[in-house]
Amino acid sequence: MINVKEPGLMTTVQDNGRNGYYSFGMPPSGAMDKYSFIVANLLVGNDENAAVLEATYLGPTLEFDCETTIAVTGGEIPPKLNGEPFGLWKPVHVEKGDVLSFDFVKSGTRVYIAVAGGIDVPIKMGSRSTYTLCGIGGFEGRALQKGDVLKTGEASNPPASTEITLSEELIPKYGNRHEIRVIMGLCSYRLTEESKKKFFDIEWTVTPDANRVGYRFKGEPLEFVEREQPFGAGSDPSNVTDLGYPIGSIQIPAGIEPIALLNDAVTGGGYATIATIISIDLFKMGQIKSNDKVKFIEVSLDEAIEARKELNAKLDQVKETIKTVSIGG
Amino acid sequence: MSAETKTQTRYEYGGDEFVFVELSESMTLEAMFKGMAITNKLAEQNREGIIDICPGNASYMIRVDPEVLHPNELISVLKEIEASLTDYEETTIHSRLVDVPILFEDPWTYEALMKFRDNHQDPDSTDLEYSARINDFESKEELIQNINDFPFLVSMVGFVPGLPFSFQLTSQEKQIEVPKYVRPRTFTPERAFGFGGAFAVIYPVQGAGGYQLYGTAAAPILDVEQKLEDFKESMVYFRQSDILRYRSISMDEYERIRKEVEEGRFRYRTREMSFTPKDVMKNPEEFASKVMRRLYDDQR
Repeated sequence: MINVKEPGLMTTVQDNGRNGYYSFGMPPSGAMDKYSFIVANLLVGNDENAAVLEATYLGPTLEFDCETTIAVTGGEIPPKLNGEPFGLWKPVHVEKGDVLSFDFVKSGTRVYIAVAGGIDVPIKMGSRSTYTLCGIGGFEGRALQKGDVLKTGEASNPPASTEITLSEELIPKYGNRHEIRVIMGLCSYRLTEESKKKFFDIEWTVTPDANRVGYRFKGEPLEFVEREQPFGAGSDPSNVTDLGYPIGSIQIPAGIEPIALLNDAVTGGGYATIATIISIDLFKMGQIKSNDKVKFIEVSLDEAIEARKELNAKLDQVKETIKTVSIGG
Repeated sequence: MSAETKTQTRYEYGGDEFVFVELSESMTLEAMFKGMAITNKLAEQNREGIIDICPGNASYMIRVDPEVLHPNELISVLKEIEASLTDYEETTIHSRLVDVPILFEDPWTYEALMKFRDNHQDPDSTDLEYSARINDFESKEELIQNINDFPFLVSMVGFVPGLPFSFQLTSQEKQIEVPKYVRPRTFTPERAFGFGGAFAVIYPVQGAGGYQLYGTAAAPILDVEQKLEDFKESMVYFRQSDILRYRSISMDEYERIRKEVEEGRFRYRTREMSFTPKDVMKNPEEFASKVMRRLYDDQR
């Protein structure tokens, strides 16, 4: 069991996500930065989709009431055990009564805290992920609060050796300027050619309106091709007949501030969408914070699929490292 | 105000995991029924790699695992299905007719819309007054009467879990069309009944929103805890092809229904009905009156 002494700013239980209910209007939720999430699980010997804690900006303070192994991955929000700093991206043994806490964020936005056996909350529609808007899944459908008590499950494998060191290239670095790859499409025909170009030329600034639902960006206004609006769409040139929004899709209500929809997004609506963030770069979005700068880079579908393969290869390398060190040790 | 835009079907990538297909830029029953037929056929094929099939108003969207089913391969499958659709107008649709009680001009949406007058086209009117005026109704009562008279077909579910986008079964001249707010509201009360573009909706939960606000639904449309009988199978009640009759009720009836909901006794009045897209498209108003007779057991 884990006692929540301090909840942090926004700490939720997340796993791989709730897939297969998008047509009901149910977004997938799930860990924003899937790479860090999976590695955290692998380091403690969990199934790679086991439920973990995702903490944002300000980490929680947690007290463990039994011996176990934990791992912290993701943004550089330095973790401490009983006040002693320890490294991210490594399994750490904890004793009964040990307290995990965090220093202020240095880079990135979110950390993932995996505990051997995973966080045990009821499975709702195939997932343990929290979707706070409707109070579905996770710990009572909400972010953690002071005094909550979390249960953990049974670990499927022994944890990785605490001697393990992942090689440099397997540990992402997060700065304040980011390149996010997108595929143009959806209703991009609604933008003028000039605005399409501008969308890629501008360095966008992330506004404070940035959370699990979506990120809003500040930059310059973009323009839509003039037309007589089709029946059912509504009167603004940025309006279309209400349609489905892919996860990662970018819309520009009234041409003013683009919004990228993320894991807890609305699944549809009446704004023209013009591009979609490729699935691998959605993980990067999870480590971007307000005031960071983002440039969107256009890629092809094949490049996006290639990026998935590269990431899988990286995860294989992580698995290989864990196996080698375990056998070696 | 309305432009009948004929468009060729557009197939688009939504990143590497989604394929988005726009059948028509404008809302038409034809596009909706066509999308429904295509997505149903795709579902029957039980193809590996498909994660979600999301029918929409005049478009639809499929989510895939691109390493199992390449989006280009999916697009050719979808094109084949579309080309093979010769008889979708004759395909039988099994639908539910549902009586949906609405308290128009209720205190909760009134309070919300007054807070956001600066986000609205016409800060000096209420949403109902404004909508009635731009749709050439004599009064807001006449607009409410129009909503009462002709039921709505659920053409898409989404935005948030369970929210029904519904499209009125009447001639296009009588159909209400309104703009969305100039700037979306940051607050909409739970169960608010709204209108935007050509669609009536009910907001299942409190949240942001940009539709004109007319009233509040008495009964829930999303029951996360699945306490009510109607939600035993799914926490979401409405599905595409349901036909909803938004019935104007009094405050007394509203309070009675709220009590039934709280005590776990509330059930929607529903009837089953089978029809073909042709039945609807041939004469939407005649079809609407058939729906009304069936829903209220009026055999005349």
